[in-house]
Amino acid sequence: MIEALSFDFVQHALLAGILVSFAAGVIGSLIVVNRMVFLAGGIAHTSYGGIGLAVYFGLPIFLGASLFAVGAAILIAVLTLKNRHRIDTFIGLIWAVGMAIGVIFVDLTPGYNVDLMGYLFGSILAVNTQDLYFMGGLLAVILLVITFGYRNILAVSYDSEYAALRGINVKFFYTLILILSAMTVVVAIKVVGLILVIAMLTIPVYIAEKLSNSLFSMMFISGAIAAFFTLIGLWFSYTYNLTSGASIILVSAAFLGLFLLFYHKK
Amino acid sequence: MTVIDVENVTFAYDKDIVLEDVTLKVEEKDFLAIIGPNGGGKSTLLKLILGINPLQKGSIKVLGRTPSKSLSHIGYVPQNTNVNTDFPIKVIEVVLIGHVGGKRPLFGYGKDEIACAMGALAQVGMEAFAENKIGALSGGQRQRVMIARALCAHPKILILDEPTSSIDITGQREIYELLKVLNESITIIVVSHDISIILEYANKAAHVNKQLSFHDISDKKQTFHTHGNQDHFCEIELLQMLGAKECKSCDTSTDAGTNWREKK
Repeated sequence: MIEALSFDFVQHALLAGILVSFAAGVIGSLIVVNRMVFLAGGIAHTSYGGIGLAVYFGLPIFLGASLFAVGAAILIAVLTLKNRHRIDTFIGLIWAVGMAIGVIFVDLTPGYNVDLMGYLFGSILAVNTQDLYFMGGLLAVILLVITFGYRNILAVSYDSEYAALRGINVKFFYTLILILSAMTVVVAIKVVGLILVIAMLTIPVYIAEKLSNSLFSMMFISGAIAAFFTLIGLWFSYTYNLTSGASIILVSAAFLGLFLLFYHKK
Repeated sequence: MTVIDVENVTFAYDKDIVLEDVTLKVEEKDFLAIIGPNGGGKSTLLKLILGINPLQKGSIKVLGRTPSKSLSHIGYVPQNTNVNTDFPIKVIEVVLIGHVGGKRPLFGYGKDEIACAMGALAQVGMEAFAENKIGALSGGQRQRVMIARALCAHPKILILDEPTSSIDITGQREIYELLKVLNESITIIVVSHDISIILEYANKAAHVNKQLSFHDISDKKQTFHTHGNQDHFCEIELLQMLGAKECKSCDTSTDAGTNWREKK
């Protein structure tokens, strides 16, 4: 195990895991308290459309997926703010259409045999330096937004109707949360893949929710728990030669089970 | 001084008319009870006064200005405060959401803001719970926190939508006793089903069921003791009386039309 740490790709994987875990902890907290889990799932799957388009037009994958996911987030924000009670239908629709676009554009790309599995289930061992900059940059942006927008984000998340009465621009912050969710989902695809990302955004948060008495502490406890799960998952993945994304999720689920067992016994 | 002036307001969701030609004047330091059946338009009227619903017909002035311009002077306690109890938020943070105006620090909360929020909590007797998680409180305690959140903005008018619907009887009385004290300095409007309790505390009543019937009940509490027993109200007779288009008890008064008016 120790000698593995000298490999570049292992160092990259560990660093990527930690960066993405903290982003997922902070944004996952917002997603859970705002009851947007299904919405984040929709954005995650939709972003496959961006991956397909990026492959077809020869653009960087991260760029294509990010633009597409942010576009989907804005579309969902507009639809939700207008027609709240039909939102589950729209999300289901966007979810499937995005994936279909991705599949068709990969089909259309001549001679390209894309590693579909890598995007669906993660490919953390293939993280390069550029990816790391992207992940680090995103985490920095998230921390900046949280630092300066915390009280407004808290007000909007806790009671949006009251926040609107106090003159807070609810639509702006709601859209902002969705855009940050979209970006986080895109970087998390590299680590656990777009199908498994939802577990990474929710399991650590669920545990942290029980351990914290403010949104702020919940975000950082979630981040730390997610990082812990990711490192243990990577160790399993390396030792037993298993898919890394799935290992991380199963480790998380196992710890969640243990946690609930002891939490309820208390 | 008239703090809320609603004149000839008609409001419809799509084509369903919810409020029809409603007129209501609320004076400074009134304690107004808004009663009426479910779906009768009580909440719609509140939302118009708060500027949440756009005005369709008629006019509404709050402290002489349009509702949206006077928002910082209105404290609002929304209907169901038992939602989102899993939310990881401290009592003090909930109250701070209500704070308006003044300089805001770049991040976090200012010392003056925290002092103001603690003051509001002290007013409702909840300062000892400032650091507790909101979900750990009882329904009555949470309602007090929501009142503190509204008080944090130093409102001139406090509007409460069904403040006691999910609280036990003792808790309800405590809330109303608190409102009575607050009423010494601010105007209070309460939407409620608890007619018998509210009539002990309110000095004006408005029955809303598409139309609005207004009653001054400040010196009329005796007449509502329909069964002659001082401790008992017959709620059904009372509701019929308050909802009636003609208010016999109001019409016989000598100063009819000045202090209180009857809306047909």
